[in-house]
Amino acid sequence: MHPFDYTRVSDTREALNAGRRGGRYIAGGTTLVDLMRETVERPGALVDISDLPLREVTVTERGGLHIGALVRMAEAAAHPKVRTLYPVISEALELSASAQLRNMATIGGNIMQRTRCTYFRDVTADCNKREPGAGCAALHGYNRTHAILGTSDHCVATHPSDVAVAFAALEATVHVLGPDGERTVPFADFLLLPGHTPHREHALRNGELITAVEIPALPRPLRSGYLKVRDRQSYEFALTSAAVALHVRGGVIREAKVAVGGVGTVPWKLPAVERHLVGERPSDALWEAAASRAADGARPLAHNRFKLELLQRTVERQLRIVGGTK
Amino acid sequence: MSPQPQAAVGAPLSRVDGRLKVTGKAKYAAEHNVDGAVHAVIVDATIGRGRITSIDTRAALAQPGVLRVISHRNAPKLPYRDNAMSNKSNNPPGRRLRVFQDDRVLFHGQPVAVVIATTLEAAQHGASLVKVHYDAAPPSTELTKAKADKPTKYARGDAEAGLRNAAVRMDLTYSMARNHHNAMEPHATIARWTGDKLTVWDKTQWVLGTQTEIAAAFGLPQDDVRVISPFVGGGFGSGLRGWPHVIIAALAARVTKRPVKLVLSRKQQYFGTGFRPAYEYRLRVGSDRHGRLAAMAHELDAETSSYETFTEGVLPPGQMLYSTPNVQQTYRTVPLDVNTPIWMRGPGFATASFVIESAMDELAHKLDLDPIELRRRNEPDEDQSSGRPFSTRRLRECYSVGAREFGWHRRNAKPRSRREGDWLIGMGMAAGVYDTARMPAQARVRLDADGTAVVETASSDMGPGTYTSQTQVAADALGLTMRTVDFRLGDSLFPPTPPHGGSMTMASVGSAVLDGCNQVRRQAIKLAVEDKESPLYGVDANDIVVRGGRLHLKNNPTRGEKYQQLLSRNNRTHLEAQGSFAPPSGTQRYSFYAYNATFAEVAVDATLGLVRVRRMLGVYDAGRIISPTLADSQAIGAMVGGIGTALLEHTVTDHRDGRIVNANLADYLVPVNADVPDLKAIYLDGEDREADPLGVKGLGEVVMIGVAPAIANAVFNATGRRIRQLPITAEALL
Repeated sequence: MHPFDYTRVSDTREALNAGRRGGRYIAGGTTLVDLMRETVERPGALVDISDLPLREVTVTERGGLHIGALVRMAEAAAHPKVRTLYPVISEALELSASAQLRNMATIGGNIMQRTRCTYFRDVTADCNKREPGAGCAALHGYNRTHAILGTSDHCVATHPSDVAVAFAALEATVHVLGPDGERTVPFADFLLLPGHTPHREHALRNGELITAVEIPALPRPLRSGYLKVRDRQSYEFALTSAAVALHVRGGVIREAKVAVGGVGTVPWKLPAVERHLVGERPSDALWEAAASRAADGARPLAHNRFKLELLQRTVERQLRIVGGTK
Repeated sequence: MSPQPQAAVGAPLSRVDGRLKVTGKAKYAAEHNVDGAVHAVIVDATIGRGRITSIDTRAALAQPGVLRVISHRNAPKLPYRDNAMSNKSNNPPGRRLRVFQDDRVLFHGQPVAVVIATTLEAAQHGASLVKVHYDAAPPSTELTKAKADKPTKYARGDAEAGLRNAAVRMDLTYSMARNHHNAMEPHATIARWTGDKLTVWDKTQWVLGTQTEIAAAFGLPQDDVRVISPFVGGGFGSGLRGWPHVIIAALAARVTKRPVKLVLSRKQQYFGTGFRPAYEYRLRVGSDRHGRLAAMAHELDAETSSYETFTEGVLPPGQMLYSTPNVQQTYRTVPLDVNTPIWMRGPGFATASFVIESAMDELAHKLDLDPIELRRRNEPDEDQSSGRPFSTRRLRECYSVGAREFGWHRRNAKPRSRREGDWLIGMGMAAGVYDTARMPAQARVRLDADGTAVVETASSDMGPGTYTSQTQVAADALGLTMRTVDFRLGDSLFPPTPPHGGSMTMASVGSAVLDGCNQVRRQAIKLAVEDKESPLYGVDANDIVVRGGRLHLKNNPTRGEKYQQLLSRNNRTHLEAQGSFAPPSGTQRYSFYAYNATFAEVAVDATLGLVRVRRMLGVYDAGRIISPTLADSQAIGAMVGGIGTALLEHTVTDHRDGRIVNANLADYLVPVNADVPDLKAIYLDGEDREADPLGVKGLGEVVMIGVAPAIANAVFNATGRRIRQLPITAEALL
């Protein structure tokens, strides 16, 4: 671990001032401290924002949800409004990490967490994300857990979050506060594809702070859920995952929200699958046909070709779990 | 002598050190408070093979608190006397890694320097600032692509002819991934010199092995090195050798003239100690139409390092588990640019058993026979590798008890015939065997005039509960309660014992403890019957037993006296004896093995490639069980370990540069609680009178054997998919 300064701030203005001076925000610390220990992250100054008043979950006027950036994963998962309005969020959170980590990690930190690519986390390996221009050891290395969607020749690392997959599916908005005031960023624009610049991972500008994630209101009744496929039953990142929300009225799917995890360099929204579903009646055949589009455009690597098939099956299964039949 | 009543042995007692452990008072290697200790952090090679061309330590040395950086550039030359494998060393044949003695890099992660600083943080930071440049060569780390050593061979009969003439033939190839021990406690060493004498607190399963290795490396008399290791937070074999980091800690302490503490990082456990080697294993099987084995031909390749030849007991199961007239085995080690492997729980046997037991299941299916019936038909009358009778072999009982208790009759022999929703359900079983090893051991027993006893052996307790089980043996033999016996271990000043591994501690150390305690009890009885003041004066010594610290007539408990009364009246501060055990020398009359039948029920989501173990049962023929509670923790722990081997554990090497890609517990998966729901163990009542005075056959290894194949066979029963590769992962099942 490299030496660093640490300050704990009590209001957002103080935080922004410290952030503008180059301080890195820290809340639960469950990712950042790990990476500092591995010297992957070497911040000169940490700004602890744990005391900021960003710990509320509220229902918006239109019936959506506003989740403060410092709400702990465990709190968000257990929140009655989250559970009833968006089970997909609760499930994604509860299938993440361990109870101890969920008690510490925050919603804002969760979407900012960095990849689990082992080459990224090993400072002696080549990684464009860690050191632009160094090369990507994973591209031709051991890449079983790596991405098949949204990759580039410069980076094939997945975004590891589960709840971010739910946020992507539900078309959430990220609320941001910066030196120039507040702004909102659609979730789809918040996390960046690696392209030629895998070290640029998100849309935050220098010194900006996430204050909340907002989930838009969706027509009711809405059924939703999250499926996570992994080698062991707990405390592991997804090989594949699927967040699905369906609004069915009069026997017809009126709205479909689908995103997948474990396969993309960012949480991967599946508009082609959604389009296939809308206007149709739920059936096993429909799930299969829709899910067959899930891996469109995928680029498998030497060790993760199985994810192509597994992804389609994961989506098909979760459509059935949420949408019924069989 | 009259046999002592059994009060402690066989009773389900809690661990005597349980309170120390749960209150944090049990001191593990890194936790000993040694005044003035400074911290050492190793710098690991970042190439897989080659030479160090330069080391720039300026930035590290400029850090506040950094005292010294040691590398081959400035390290003192060490004698590194020969310390070949013996009863004092587990070093395999070869030329062991000599720390900081030259510029060569033999594997990725090899120590190339060590930074010593006044704080751990400064040492870690300093280590990250050492710049090492290399002349790198491409390493050879692929088992299937490298040249093998000359094989070790075994043959009886004519396996090729047996296969040729067999009515049923199978030719199967298996591969098993490299596994790491991944104990909770990291390896750690504290070294302190006092003049030319060295004291070392180390995580080790063998204080004597570590002692001799340090003495050999530094050219010291063995007695000038003392190794202390009272608690070990899991070992599974990784603590069976004196590893390079132990020498580094002692070297760093010598150079800085300060006590030095060195703790390997989690990542460093993956190349700083050993591992269970990966195997490629071809097995050809021939049988008649009734399933009677005619021949087995084994060809196996296993990883070893370029500098040492590590071998393990992978051959015996193929020679003695089933009646097989024709056997041929070819065991080849393949030297690679990796660090040297070491034994890991159930070494060799676990690997061979996966292959043989998978093949037996396959043969049973092919012949439409019940897998248990097939095994019964191949039950040998004697050990066909030696012609000796088995001391005890109750595998048939293991099968029948297991089948009954597990509900084997509910298994549908036809694969893929039981479904619950998205899950296919299957049952599988396997037989297991492990060598009953015993080695010479000694124990010092002292009974004090206050009626308490102290028992000392150099042994170790890596988790099985040696403290407790040996206290049970001692308490019964001395006729004391558990609370009045203080059992001590983990110090090279104590009487010598063999490595705490290979399931030999109870048999070897326990028998020495028993002998020492019996001697002391006899001394006391002799004292009493010859003491005119004693109520037992003149009584036949054979009629006396001791219970609760009181000697009395076996048939008349009212006539007797306490140890305290006897000793104080005779002005004896204590009675003392050196207990010893040595297995019979020369040719053994029997073949000694422990056995099991292991059963598994799995659920497989074939669509998503998920395997979930639903329940397991192991039935063990392990001789006498000293402590049923500890035995359960051994058996269940091994099932957890076996589930890991079967479904999760896989050390991955990047062959481009020899780096271990998943050298951490987030990427190297071991089972979590959710993966190990319902595990049960049953021990056949009995003892092995031929094996050792305690009648035990060893338990810690045999419980691991058979777990992985039972699961793989259950996966086949569930899905019809035969997976011959460990671990069984989603991609194999899709």
